[in-house]
Amino acid sequence: MTVSSTATVIAMKQWLEVGKLEDIPALGARVVRTPRGDVAVFRANDDHIFALDDRCPHKGGPLSQGIVFDHKVACPLHNWCIELQTGCAVAPDEGHTGSYPVKVEQGVVYLQLPAAPAAR
Amino acid sequence: MSKEKLVLIGNGMAGVRTLEELLKLAPEHYEVTVFGAEPYGNYNRILLSPVLAGEKTIEEIMLNDDQWYADNHITLYKGKKVVEVNRARREVIAADGTVTKYDRLLFATGSNPFIIPVPGHELPGVVSFRDIYDVDAMLAASKQHRHAVVIGGGLLGLEAANGLLKQGMDVTVVHLLDTLMERQLDKPAATLLKSSLEQRGLKFLMEAQTAAILGDDRVRGVRFKDGSEVEADLVVMAVGIRPNIELAKKIGLHCERGVIVNDTMQTFDPRVYAVGECVQHRGTSYGLVAPLFEQAKVCANHLAGFGYARYQGSVTSTKLKVTGIDLFSAGEFGGGEGCEDVVYKDPGHGVYKKLVLKDNKIHGAVLYGDTVDGAWYFQLMRDGTDVSDIRDGLLFGQAHLGDSGHGGQNAVAAMADNAEICGCNGVCKGTIVKAITSKGLFTLDDVRAHTKASASCGSCTGLVEQILANTVGDYSTSSKEKPMCGCTDHTHEQVRKAIQSQRLTSIRAVMDFCEWHSADGCAKCRPALNFYLIAAWPGDVKDDYQSRFINERAHANIQKDGTYSVVPRIWGGVTNAAELRAIADVADKYKVPTVKITGGQRIDLLGVKKEDLPRMWGDLNKAGFVSGHAYGKSLRTVKTCVGSEWCRFGTQDSTGLGIKIEKMTWGSWTPHKFKIAVSGCPRNCAEATIKDYGVVCVDSGYELHVGGNGGVKVRATDLLCKVETEEQVMEYCGAFMQVYREEAQYLERTAPWIERVGLSYVKQRVVEDAAGRAALYQRFLESQQHAQVDPWAERAEQGVDQHEFVPLKHVV
Ligand code: SRM
Ligand SMILES: Cc1cc2nc3c(=O)[nH]c(=O)nc-3n(C[C@H](O)[C@H](O)[C@H](O)COP(=O)(O)OP(=O)(O)OC[C@H]3O[C@@H](n4cnc5c(N)ncnc54)[C@H](O)[C@@H]3O)c2cc1C
Ligand code: SF4
Ligand code: FES
Repeated sequence: MTVSSTATVIAMKQWLEVGKLEDIPALGARVVRTPRGDVAVFRANDDHIFALDDRCPHKGGPLSQGIVFDHKVACPLHNWCIELQTGCAVAPDEGHTGSYPVKVEQGVVYLQLPAAPAAR
Repeated sequence: MSKEKLVLIGNGMAGVRTLEELLKLAPEHYEVTVFGAEPYGNYNRILLSPVLAGEKTIEEIMLNDDQWYADNHITLYKGKKVVEVNRARREVIAADGTVTKYDRLLFATGSNPFIIPVPGHELPGVVSFRDIYDVDAMLAASKQHRHAVVIGGGLLGLEAANGLLKQGMDVTVVHLLDTLMERQLDKPAATLLKSSLEQRGLKFLMEAQTAAILGDDRVRGVRFKDGSEVEADLVVMAVGIRPNIELAKKIGLHCERGVIVNDTMQTFDPRVYAVGECVQHRGTSYGLVAPLFEQAKVCANHLAGFGYARYQGSVTSTKLKVTGIDLFSAGEFGGGEGCEDVVYKDPGHGVYKKLVLKDNKIHGAVLYGDTVDGAWYFQLMRDGTDVSDIRDGLLFGQAHLGDSGHGGQNAVAAMADNAEICGCNGVCKGTIVKAITSKGLFTLDDVRAHTKASASCGSCTGLVEQILANTVGDYSTSSKEKPMCGCTDHTHEQVRKAIQSQRLTSIRAVMDFCEWHSADGCAKCRPALNFYLIAAWPGDVKDDYQSRFINERAHANIQKDGTYSVVPRIWGGVTNAAELRAIADVADKYKVPTVKITGGQRIDLLGVKKEDLPRMWGDLNKAGFVSGHAYGKSLRTVKTCVGSEWCRFGTQDSTGLGIKIEKMTWGSWTPHKFKIAVSGCPRNCAEATIKDYGVVCVDSGYELHVGGNGGVKVRATDLLCKVETEEQVMEYCGAFMQVYREEAQYLERTAPWIERVGLSYVKQRVVEDAAGRAALYQRFLESQQHAQVDPWAERAEQGVDQHEFVPLKHVV
């Protein structure tokens, strides 16, 4: 393992335009390809938008392919439920996947990604 | 806003379970106070028997300790008995003068053991069997004394007697009647039970009526009506229980035998609810935990202000918790007017099974020595399944309906902790036991949720139920009707009926009409609703792709790494060089890592990236292929053999017929996947007798077989009928698929569906009723007009659902 440098990078948090709200089906998701891996952007029935790493905390299933209901998604591989707001598995399952700030302005969806690629 | 105040009287199993359910629904709604007469937290009363037998300790049977109450901000008054309630001022008053105000009051005071008021019943050394205090008293007596008499040969009495015997006492069971456990067992089973208990060392005095308990400062014997006496240093009275309604009566709540409640568990005072053994609901009081837990769930729903759940009564079953004795009893096993007994008896092996049938339905069951099928009979009984078609093999158990392919083990108690129980999810016995004890699980659904054991293919369900019963006692579920899922109270059948009769044409409309509790439904009900709608109104309903599982949404099978597999349709399993070349080209072009011949006589291209799917489908379309629907709850394959065209034994053109059937049926959506095969002669090389619809050609025509399954549980088909022409084969096929489609529950394959509705019913609809058959066939063909659109072509050429296949954005 390499030891990272101690210099702090103050990254400007940037809102990244990723597409239009209407490009994401209600009760569905689309994928944003990023250097840190796929991010799934979900659209709930009430037009709330959420962004999670497209990896299920169980065995890495692509959450973007799951069935969306309320503010949750059921993973397509083994049916764990994940909270869209927090990325946490719904009890009794335990686990967590990364989540990202998202917003919609005038029908355009913006996503905020951390500056540096995630260490994995 | 200050919280409402909820006071619970009775810190027992039903009351605290209600609080647990309430905390799940509305954790912040109430400030809760609990009064418990016993000086303990909440414990699992049914495990007092194993504690007495020395198989468990008191610590092991605690369900909620003091910390739990503290963590949930519940005030617990242990050892404080409530003696008065002022309903006008809404105050509860305990014996020590503690006064607590309430907005809602919950009565869960349980039962009192009945003590026969014979002379001497108050002597020291006379105990009942109800709580920790009693168990402590018995354990103490067993250390100092030798002779115990248990009055009452019912469930509780025998468990007490067994425990005392294990503690080294000399135990005599006294019973008023001539058979033990007469409320659960018939004579032959009771006789087997008695002799097995005698072998362990218990003594019995049957038809003995207690007249007096003898002794001066402590018991020393029991005298009977006939004048005879037995020696006793300890007398356990286990002759029944009475709902504990002393306080309820005193404060003027309407009571009969128990506190009267309605279907919402509310008493005649709308602020006061009641659950548990103290309750009388629709004339019945329950003395088993499973129904009380259902009451708890309903009560919590109303306390939380949700206001929709209803308790409609329960059907219960019983087991005896004496290690090494297997006994199961349910329903009306005594028979009576219009009943028939079906009996299996093998005294040498200590096995006895009796089913009581009425109108071809199971009305009751008594099993002794071999109880593996208890849960199955109970299920058939609750569902009111017509068993006339399986009557011949009924007593041999579910496994004998076909050959159960997987598992076969059934004695879970003897298994080691590291024995694998669930083969799909790799869950061992030890893991399940640990989850049950550490997380306080009670039901099969709980265990499935926490451990995943039996949550996939389900073939180990029986084993998991046994582990559950061995660990926490028997809580077999008992609600009469099972709702579709947690989002609704309605059953599959009720929902389908509403869709038809109200002409509902969208998922939203169904949810509104049937009063769904959740905004969007869930991953269980939405796919089911979508199917019911397209099955009911083909062509009129818009298929809701967001309510379909990903395989059906993307028209390919998702793999464990997120790639997909592509299976083109190969009609009847017949292909040619040009098609194979086209497949090979596609495999090269898209760098397909694995090309495999499937078990369904076609070719699977595995490991395809999602973005590549539409173009790859386009290329396959050009070569004449359409989707094989290998991903769908739909027609899968029609397997064929070479048949009369080449085979020296072939009687008909099985290959050609198979292709015709596949051309007619492809693209159809069904409740679960649907497989067909056509074999050219009874040698049956296409394995038609394990398919949903199987055709076996014979010299004089075609045998039609239905309800076969080659999967988790192998089930050979039932013979539907014999027909003479290919046209008939097609018509019966369409008609059969259509009844199945219109009436089976979503995700129910033809095999379990036929076992549920009975082969006779299917015969009546498809074979005997010619006009009905023609109508079904017509409806099938009609819906095929809308269904036979190749989903691949739509996506490859017409750009349908492009968003499925391309990322929203690429960030670099
Ligand atoms: C590809 C194939 C295995 C193979 O390499 O041969 C296969 C692959 C899968 N089968 Fe199968 N089954 C395949 C033939 C069978 C057969 C044999 C047959 O059809 O003659 C059976 C037993 C016969 C039967 O169904 O009665 C079979 C019984 C199952 C079952 C158990 C069904 C049951 O009712 O017990 C499942 C699980 C399920 O459906 O819930 C299953 C589920 C699956 C799934 C869909 C698992 C999943 O959900 O991901 C697999 C998809 C892999 C993929 O992405 O392609 N597969 N599966 C076969 C495809 C045949 C085809 O051409 O379409
Ligand atoms: C030995 C034994 C074995 C059993 N085996 C099984 C089995 O195998 N399967 C099964 O399903 N069921 C079994 N049962 C039955 C099961 O335990 C009961 O049905 C269940 O415990 C009833 O729950 P409840 O909450 O209604 O009553 P309880 O659990 O009895 O709780 C009532 C509580 O209220 C308290 N209380 C009463 N009045 C007051 C008051 N005025 N103020 C404060 N507190 C008060 C009592 O002290 C008690 O703690 C068994 C019971 C016993 C005793
Ligand atoms: S292909 Fe079928 S048998 Fe093989 S692992 Fe998958 S589901 Fe199991
Ligand atoms: S990978 Fe998501 S549930 Fe298993």
